Amino acid sequence: MFIKQRPSWSVPESEVTPESIYLNRRKFMTGAIASAAALSIPGLVRAEDTRPGTVLDYKAAPQFSTDEKPAPYDAITTYNNFYEFGTGKQDPSRYASEMSVDTWSVEVEGACANPGKYALEDLLKPHQYQERIYRLRCVEAWSMVIPWVGVPLAEVIKRLEPNSDAKFVYFETLNAPEQMRGQRSLFSTIDWPYREGLRMDEAMNELSFLAVGLYGKTLPNQNGAPIRLVVPWKYGFKSIKSIVRIRFMKEQPKSSWEMIAPSEYGFYANVNPEVDHPRWSQKMERRLPSGVFRPNWIETEKFNGYGEQVAGLYKGMDLSRYY
Amino acid sequence: MASAVANKWRGIVGKCLVFGLALLPLGFLVADIVNANLGPDPGQVITEALGIAAFQLLLVTLAITPLKKVTGWSGWLRYRRMLGLFAFFYAALHLLAFLQLILGWMDLWATFTKRPYIIAGAAAFLAMVPLAITSTRRMMKRTGRWWKPLHRLIYPAAILAWVHFLWQARSDITEMVVYAVILAGLLVVRARWFGVSSLVPLKRT
Repeated sequence: MFIKQRPSWSVPESEVTPESIYLNRRKFMTGAIASAAALSIPGLVRAEDTRPGTVLDYKAAPQFSTDEKPAPYDAITTYNNFYEFGTGKQDPSRYASEMSVDTWSVEVEGACANPGKYALEDLLKPHQYQERIYRLRCVEAWSMVIPWVGVPLAEVIKRLEPNSDAKFVYFETLNAPEQMRGQRSLFSTIDWPYREGLRMDEAMNELSFLAVGLYGKTLPNQNGAPIRLVVPWKYGFKSIKSIVRIRFMKEQPKSSWEMIAPSEYGFYANVNPEVDHPRWSQKMERRLPSGVFRPNWIETEKFNGYGEQVAGLYKGMDLSRYY
Repeated sequence: MASAVANKWRGIVGKCLVFGLALLPLGFLVADIVNANLGPDPGQVITEALGIAAFQLLLVTLAITPLKKVTGWSGWLRYRRMLGLFAFFYAALHLLAFLQLILGWMDLWATFTKRPYIIAGAAAFLAMVPLAITSTRRMMKRTGRWWKPLHRLIYPAAILAWVHFLWQARSDITEMVVYAVILAGLLVVRARWFGVSSLVPLKRT
């Protein structure tokens, strides 16, 4: 007869703290100790400590960062295009809290070896976070400099092991009208969910980035929490927010703006001062924040200034046709 | 006699009230500018707010005649000129804000010849200019029987202003639909009461 003798140091499974709680407690304690320390020294409580979100552990990636001055946190978080919450620039900061991002998973589908429903933590766990300070150029002719925290898209894609049929990657935003008031609008021309896509070589480019944070903390909802794409050489609408689905495809997917107005928004949507939007010029951009009485106009650069890294992707293509 | 004086005073008080109300959008904007409350792109916010104020006042001006007809009180007419001039005032500020705060006076030729929504807005503004100029009592007398057909330019001005607004929509047109219903309502009741020809500008009826 086999009798299992427990050594004195043995702890039954039931007493073991699950890892997630353990990690949360560590996070909580770090925060608590840090705030206690800060509070005990008057004047040391800095503004960013009061910002919402969890502090992220990341390394700076200066080789991928501009040295231009990032826009202030308030500008980045109160001036957003996230039509799921309304078309006004301030609508997302007002209403995005109606979206729940606590338990998030991403459905991975299509031409890959590792499809399935991934909890966000599992999708990100093996990767070291980086901070990259990128320019973001909106198709509406304004731009901001934003310090993102996240992981290179290529690293995540490699783990999902796309096969030779995977010529494109397609992304989808959460579709939840009960949490997203813009999706309840009667006169919206967007066919929800919001969709975007990249060619495989674009997705694997070293600049393509999955952001989970901003200014060192987890993303506020209005900026696309908990996980969003950032493709800095393309107009902002390509950088899809609050991603719930990634699909590897053989055919080129249709993006939402392409579906609404194909003559105004193409699949590529590369920043290009030589190709005007039919309703306005793309030669210049207003770098925000802008003063009240003087617009802060600067010249728009081809590929938003990232030509060195990405121009090769489009060799031989007529960019006025593939806009 | 006493009632005439009371009536005059009522008119003055009413005009002051309408004057104050019509200045509210500007007041709010100035307060927001002073408090730096307009976010990272204040020029855009200011320009949009002035444009919306102009369009709303245009609609209020257009509502005066129906209001008179429905309520049977002709006192409304007393405020019409002031409201129309305020609409013009906001439209002029809107144009100036666009030129200074958004364009920075760059690319003027291309902007006003190539961009359909700008052309519609500029046409709406141009249609309002002669109305503002001929709004004084003396100009009314001088233009005589042409005054009314001239001032029917307010209808195309309002429609063009709406088109100017619609053509800036990117996906959600709820607001534009609401304004379209109001504007169409105001035009339709006129057509029913006074005939379609009463909506045609520059043609004497």
